[in-house]
Amino acid sequence: MEHQQVLIPEVTFQHHTDDADFKRRVKKTTILLSVITLIELAIGLTIYTMHKGEHPNAFLVLAFKGVVCILTLAKAYYIVSVFMHLGDEIRNMIMTIIVPLMLFVWFIAAFLIDGNSYRNLRNDYDPHYKQQTTETKAKPVEEPEHKSGKE
Amino acid sequence: MSTSVTATQTKWWNGGKSPFNLEYGKVMMWYFLMSDAFTFGAFLISYGTVRFSSNSWPDPNHVFNAFPLAGHANLPLAFVSLMTFILIISSVTMVLAVHAGHNGDKKAVVKWIFWTIIGGLAFLGCQAWEWTHLHEEGAWWGRNPFPNANGTAASTNFSNFFFTITGFHGFHVFSGVIINIIMLIMAQKGVFERKGHYLMIEKAGLYWHFVDLVWVFVFLCFYLI
Repeated sequence: MEHQQVLIPEVTFQHHTDDADFKRRVKKTTILLSVITLIELAIGLTIYTMHKGEHPNAFLVLAFKGVVCILTLAKAYYIVSVFMHLGDEIRNMIMTIIVPLMLFVWFIAAFLIDGNSYRNLRNDYDPHYKQQTTETKAKPVEEPEHKSGKE
Repeated sequence: MSTSVTATQTKWWNGGKSPFNLEYGKVMMWYFLMSDAFTFGAFLISYGTVRFSSNSWPDPNHVFNAFPLAGHANLPLAFVSLMTFILIISSVTMVLAVHAGHNGDKKAVVKWIFWTIIGGLAFLGCQAWEWTHLHEEGAWWGRNPFPNANGTAASTNFSNFFFTITGFHGFHVFSGVIINIIMLIMAQKGVFERKGHYLMIEKAGLYWHFVDLVWVFVFLCFYLI
């Protein structure tokens, strides 16, 4: 067996990465993360200016938000796979981390749908609530000191 | 098995070696981080559920538009981008520290861990400033001065979730900085040199990258969408 570490009771093999290759990879990932963040910020500011306009296109805003979500997942992938070196581990190890995380697919979908359904139900059956949260009386008072913790 | 160093098919489960080719502590750190991901996920998803159940919600660009020393200038997203870049950079210095540990280069490990700690402290400083600023504007747990985007009065859900989740993340950054300071002292005293390996730095590194990873999602959920 090559290159065993004497002082660790467990036998593991070191990944051998030469310095130049490593530096190139880290540099590339850093630039990628920065560029993705800048794109996200640009989209964030676009959404901001769209909200300032008279009638923001709801679909376009939603589409932009979707793009930002996907870009965030890309960032997460690069951080986990390169910075945390999960991409260099054995496949079985990767799977014991990734497969349980699949639970998030259900987790996110179920709970967001639940929240949405609750809103629809309340709007249907509680007209007072609907009026309070959708209709603005006159103009909103700047920084209203309001007490109602519950809605 | 293509990632293994040995060219021939390694029988990982035949005994005599770690089947995941990872040291015990690192495997356990991974599983801890996975469980922590679910904790943060539960927080963020509960925030999403409440937001989806509300007819309107405060516009983050109107809430987070201040920058230190910029007075009342309207600068949406500016300060939080600074915080995001600070964390990305401190993540990179941590990668370099871990790599230096691989090479057994004590001086480089100390140097890069030091810069990681500086990055962590800078991030915490930024967060302290932001919290102070929001508190001065009247936001806190149970208090929310910011109206909904459609002009109606907002509930306190917004500030409750914001302070709880960024606070929980800030607590992780804080403990990460403490861990890094301990690593710095241990590396400086030559503990890892005597041990013959810098695996502790790798585990601290995993934790630190996770903190950065969570921030990516907090940034998405609170500031961007």
